[in-house]
Amino acid sequence: MNREPSKIQRRRTDIFHTASPTVLNLISIPSGILLGLILGAVLIVIAGADPIASYKIMFSSSLGGKNQIIETLIKACPLLLIGLGLSASFKAKVWNIGAEGQYYIGALFGWMVGMYGTALPKPVLIPLMLTAGLIGGSLWGLLPAILKIKNGMNVIISTLMLNYIAILIVQYLARGPLQEPGGFLPRTAKLERIARMPQMFGTRLHLGCVIALLLVPVVYYIFTSTPLGFKLRAVGSNPKVAKYAGFNVNLAIFIALIFSGALAGMAGTIEISTAYQRLQSSISLNYGFNGVLIALLGRTNPWGVLLTSIFFAALTIGVENLHVVIGLPVSLSDAIQALVVLSVMVVDSYIRKKAS
Amino acid sequence: MGSIVEMQGIIKSFPGVTANAGVDFDLKKGEIHSLLGENGAGKTTLMNILYGLYKQDAGTISINGEQVNFMNPSDAIAHGLGMVHQHFMLVQRFSVAENIILGQKSSREPRIDDLNLIGKKLTEISDLYGLKVNPHAIIWTLSVGEQQRVEILKALYRGAQILILDEPTAVLTPQEVKEFLEILKRLTSEGKSIIFISHKLSEVMEISDRISILRDGKKIETVFAKDTNERDLARMMVGREVNTNFEKKVAEPHEVRLQVEHLCANNNRGLEALHDVSFDVRAGEILGIAGVAGNGQNELEEVLSGLRKSTSGKKIVCGKDITNMPPHKVGIARVAHIPTDRYKTGLISDFMISENAVLQRIDREPFTKHGSLQWKKINEEATSLVKRFGVKTPSIKTKAGKLSGGNAQKLILARELARDPYVLIAAQPTRGLDISAIEYVHHALIEQRDLGMAILLFSTELTEILSLSDRIAVIYEGRIIGIINREDADILEIGLMMAGIKRPSSTLEQTGVIES
Repeated sequence: MNREPSKIQRRRTDIFHTASPTVLNLISIPSGILLGLILGAVLIVIAGADPIASYKIMFSSSLGGKNQIIETLIKACPLLLIGLGLSASFKAKVWNIGAEGQYYIGALFGWMVGMYGTALPKPVLIPLMLTAGLIGGSLWGLLPAILKIKNGMNVIISTLMLNYIAILIVQYLARGPLQEPGGFLPRTAKLERIARMPQMFGTRLHLGCVIALLLVPVVYYIFTSTPLGFKLRAVGSNPKVAKYAGFNVNLAIFIALIFSGALAGMAGTIEISTAYQRLQSSISLNYGFNGVLIALLGRTNPWGVLLTSIFFAALTIGVENLHVVIGLPVSLSDAIQALVVLSVMVVDSYIRKKAS
Repeated sequence: MGSIVEMQGIIKSFPGVTANAGVDFDLKKGEIHSLLGENGAGKTTLMNILYGLYKQDAGTISINGEQVNFMNPSDAIAHGLGMVHQHFMLVQRFSVAENIILGQKSSREPRIDDLNLIGKKLTEISDLYGLKVNPHAIIWTLSVGEQQRVEILKALYRGAQILILDEPTAVLTPQEVKEFLEILKRLTSEGKSIIFISHKLSEVMEISDRISILRDGKKIETVFAKDTNERDLARMMVGREVNTNFEKKVAEPHEVRLQVEHLCANNNRGLEALHDVSFDVRAGEILGIAGVAGNGQNELEEVLSGLRKSTSGKKIVCGKDITNMPPHKVGIARVAHIPTDRYKTGLISDFMISENAVLQRIDREPFTKHGSLQWKKINEEATSLVKRFGVKTPSIKTKAGKLSGGNAQKLILARELARDPYVLIAAQPTRGLDISAIEYVHHALIEQRDLGMAILLFSTELTEILSLSDRIAVIYEGRIIGIINREDADILEIGLMMAGIKRPSSTLEQTGVIES
């Protein structure tokens, strides 16, 4: 009797069934963004503004021209670096939630080198700063790695807790031993020009951003074309089989945490030598936590991470401009951002459920 | 006697497959009617339709002469059906009684039923049918056999008159199977009717009144058990002659390849699981480890493959001491391993077949060159292995988890043999496979033996041990009770040894005395 509708329904789910994961991502992420923007439009109307005009402002201010695109890329840089690092970690199902802390320690290390290494020529100083950032971040990833491998401690908890320790260390230093000489605010002295990331191609696009963009194909290559990428995926997929196959599961956990920590640390150094130029109580717009979302929404695929981090950056710049241009409250922009992220995840899980 | 269940012309197709192509099936009151067929023959689909889990595309179902149209299992349960799935549906941390009332409306809402009262009712039912279970025991403390009894009890408690049992013996030890078949007989003598899904010929022959054979979604025939034999059943099931007792050459063992000396190891709870285990395996022979499941076979398998550390003793491969070396070193010593749990240990189910086919060799030439994976070589190797071992799959890019049991096992076998091992550890290599796949695996093992491989076979199926092994070691409570040559082996004696009883003196002199 009701056989007909069930057949139609089955055929509809078959489309999802036969679709490859890439196709699924291509369906789910744009439709999720669309849904989020529609829901956001409701909020904008309630706030008394025209949603279409608002979205036009958001788009033109973030992706509407060369300069806008460059600003968006600069904003996306820390998110992209952290997202790339966390992708490696999440591939191995090592849930590093500590990128924020790794970013802070990386920033601290980079700042130290930049502050006290000014005697060095710039082509030496900048790479040295970046290396210091990598080392700082990976040291902060090393701690949870040791705790996990030696004592089996839950990575989520250890990395999460280490965030607060890292932030508090930087805050203490910024108002204590490293405070700006003669200053009142809890912040360190400004880095000199020599310790700032060089700008490239006659634009505001800086070296850090270029490095981050170049890392996308590199990380993609590691994931798809090296035994290391294979083993990280194997450990994440089924550690029991990985062990049976003779892969070193602990080494994979170690590499996952060090790699994601290092990239987060480098992101910290880059931000400290471009946007902030000094250590202060806050040097991050939740980059470490948003990086988790970006790695997950980007499906731990470096190209996906690139797209999502640009999208996040564009959204942030867009809603900031809404505040400036038509005076919508900043909290509204946060709400729209959250709605978009939630919508993408809802649509994504819905489609995936249909597909399985 | 009239039919209590009558299914006519059942057709059911899924995208790309016709699972049932016009199947007729009927069940008479008080009988055990077996559904026999290889994996994928459509047995489970047919029963899921009867139980309301799927809806047929065409065909009719009648229960007690009344045509029914089940929308879901609750409808089926209301009509007196009960189904026990191959994988149990029990909450591990709940007691037996709590599992029984789970999903049932309580008689005193909003409070749950009085568990003591439920316990008493359960004891009554279980006494009637011989289903011994403590109603207040927590599920995870029960053995697999006991958990299965709980599932049956659940169906009976809900008033089932017709029981559908999907491959119920696949998870049981030989002793438990025996007990289980007794329970089934008891149930039918109390007026219940049973549909028994299986692909094990001997069990089907032992307990059925009638047997229906399915192949490729069609019913081949329904026969009375008393009018048929295993050979005919196998032929109908597979569609050709099956050679169950194949000929094999006498083994020609050469040098010792694997030496195990005084090995001891603990289980996961830190208790001693292996005690002073010693044996050796020579090139060109199969040593079978016989024993009831849970007597240390898993621990021994893991110690030998490097997945578990031994507490004392030695493990030597081709003269090289590899005691407590990690799995990849064991691999380098050319020990290959077909693990007991092929899906959880043997294959990464969400990796492609190609990736699984070169799993351990992924970082070696030619699959990795200058630090970079050579996908072309990997795909070539996978394609050739799939072809050579007859793994049925649409593509080498298919996820390994989509393979049927037999094909998954062929893939593992292919991969392990491609590593060109000196020693092969084959643990439960045919568990859950259908006849054709079992035949394939057995032939492959014998072929490798004849080519000079040293094979250590773990199996809880005594018939498998007897038909493949050249020597048999019986394990009981973590000790090797004895090692005997296949020619001298006597089922009765091995059975006693599996139960921990070893006769005091040499087997050769006393065999006749015991048997008379």
